[in-house]
Amino acid sequence: MTSNAPESYRSGPDAEGHFGIFGGRFVAETLMPLILEVEKAYYRYRDDPDFLRELNYLARDYVGRPSPLYLAERLSDELGGARIYFKRDELNHTGAHKINNTLGQILLAKRMGKTRIIAETGAGQHGVATATVCALFNLPCVVYMGEKDIERQAPNVFRMRLLGAEIKPVTSGTATLKDAMNDALRDWVANVEDTFYIIGTAAGPHPYPEMVRDFQCVIGREAREQFMERTGRLPDAIAACIGGGSNAIGLFHPFLDDAGVRIIGVEAAGHGIESGEHAASLTGGHPGVLHGNRTYLLQDDDGQICDAHSISAGLDYPGIGPEHSWLHESGRVEYVSVTDDEALEAFQLCCRTEGIIPALEPSHALAHVAKIAPEMDRKQSIIMNLCGRGDKDVFTVAKALGVEL
Amino acid sequence: MIRDRLAERFASVRDAGRSALVTFVTAGDPDPDTAQAILDGLPAAGADIIELGMPFSDPMADGPAIQVANLRALGNGITLKKTLAMVEKFRAGDDDTPIVLMGYYNPIHHYGVQAFIDRAIEIGVDGLIIVDLPPEEDVEMAHPCLTAGLHWIRLTTPTSDDARLDVVLKNSSGFVYYVSITGITGTRSAEQTSVADAVARIRRHTDLPVAVGFGIKTADQVREVASVADGVVVGSAIVSQVEAGVDAGQSGGDIAARVHEFVRTLAGGLSQEAQ
Repeated sequence: MTSNAPESYRSGPDAEGHFGIFGGRFVAETLMPLILEVEKAYYRYRDDPDFLRELNYLARDYVGRPSPLYLAERLSDELGGARIYFKRDELNHTGAHKINNTLGQILLAKRMGKTRIIAETGAGQHGVATATVCALFNLPCVVYMGEKDIERQAPNVFRMRLLGAEIKPVTSGTATLKDAMNDALRDWVANVEDTFYIIGTAAGPHPYPEMVRDFQCVIGREAREQFMERTGRLPDAIAACIGGGSNAIGLFHPFLDDAGVRIIGVEAAGHGIESGEHAASLTGGHPGVLHGNRTYLLQDDDGQICDAHSISAGLDYPGIGPEHSWLHESGRVEYVSVTDDEALEAFQLCCRTEGIIPALEPSHALAHVAKIAPEMDRKQSIIMNLCGRGDKDVFTVAKALGVEL
Repeated sequence: MIRDRLAERFASVRDAGRSALVTFVTAGDPDPDTAQAILDGLPAAGADIIELGMPFSDPMADGPAIQVANLRALGNGITLKKTLAMVEKFRAGDDDTPIVLMGYYNPIHHYGVQAFIDRAIEIGVDGLIIVDLPPEEDVEMAHPCLTAGLHWIRLTTPTSDDARLDVVLKNSSGFVYYVSITGITGTRSAEQTSVADAVARIRRHTDLPVAVGFGIKTADQVREVASVADGVVVGSAIVSQVEAGVDAGQSGGDIAARVHEFVRTLAGGLSQEAQ
């Protein structure tokens, strides 16, 4: 640690929602009273015993928490180095970590007396997780999804409809996740009275980055406890993939002050950083302001937002949560990137050695783990967040591998 | 000493017994030359104050008409630098009509805040409206702007209660832009009575002129709103004229002409008000 390192990496954000220079509340005035209302409600309920009781009950009996911490022995042997553990959030109800957050937010929405839920989605995982909790709580749900994403994620679109959600195709801008978020914000501005916006990643205006992180921290808390219980010590490294970064911050945050734990975030390099077609905001972007927060963004020379590219629709976002930008600049977390091809290879490796079909998102994390594990000692350990299962991706992977289904 | 064109203009229309027509157009829409012709001809068509939109790829507070205008302008090569150059050209022929630049923060953040403010003042910009910079982020631009003498104009909305109004108005200058609906630009229109009440409420909090906008599309609406406000802002309806011209395959000159004709119609609502 350098001498100017903060006393704790876990104390942010400040009262204005800043992580260092990142974060904040960059929204139109129409939304400000609402953002302040969400913040007030969140701070009121986050430690409320009834709120936590309901959240913990549903996390256990509905979602299936705690998720197992699994030692992937065959994979570790094949790579020949550090022991690799999977935090198996892909076993959650709905098949990804997203539901940890949607459950928390809908319980808050309910307490705020909101009667209508909106969400944005890219790959459809957050949309499915939102539609799921809306069905559970009998609230109408509108999901904004880019027209391009609707095409490439047909199974998730149908899932959301089965769950009773209304899908609003987004044709504005580039018709992808960022535009879905724009349209969700436009909906919210127009329906401030009755509507709660469940943001899917640890980004957006304060208090969302903090709130989403807190709901996802169950991943890291469990993993830390499970690992300690099993080995009596801390892991040497932990790793997770990053689009907006909610699964990663959820795993990382409880470990941030464990100085001996190396922490690695893996961004999507798409066709390669130098190709310009990627989704690696930290590796290939610059600080800017979008969707309510200051953070690293993919942008051109005029400050216009660029399209992200990744084979994984869940990582296909031109920004990143503000806390990651801060952890990047402060040096506590190492951020690297992995290409589409490397992720595809890791995807197959996981299927072959562990009998687990991972989502393409955590396949990025795995691809990097596969690079570093062989350089480490067999006595060392890495925890990787297996944040989603790959059923949704089999068509994409088949296409990429040139297989016709 | 910077000339206060906004104060001068509000005073002169008040002397004429009417409200100010504030027209919004998007810089570079549909293309740089046509946009310059549109801009240059607005005062003669009846615009008292001009809001010039600085295009952004992700205009979150705007409705379909202005979203499309942003993309059309960006597709035809507009940049923040070129937007500033448009103002510079305009100023060479008109040193009196106030120009307010309106847009989102990121392109300015990328350009450099102080460099942008300095350049804006140098070329005769009178004020800024940056949609995604609420009072909570005043250190970003509001403070440097006000220090430099550039008006910082803010939106107030139906969601701004009395406590919030004080917060919003604290570092506001030039005029107050009341957004008469909760929503995005160019969609529904507000009830006239609620607008009157809202403007009266804002006046209890400030002496600044109050302009009302969002959802105002016709000369009749202009007249109605003018009866209770110091300024009437029309945006999407004007921008839609550009789109209609593009869709009809009109030349740049014809598109500029139809925009000016439409603005003349709107201004007609104000002269009737004055009578």
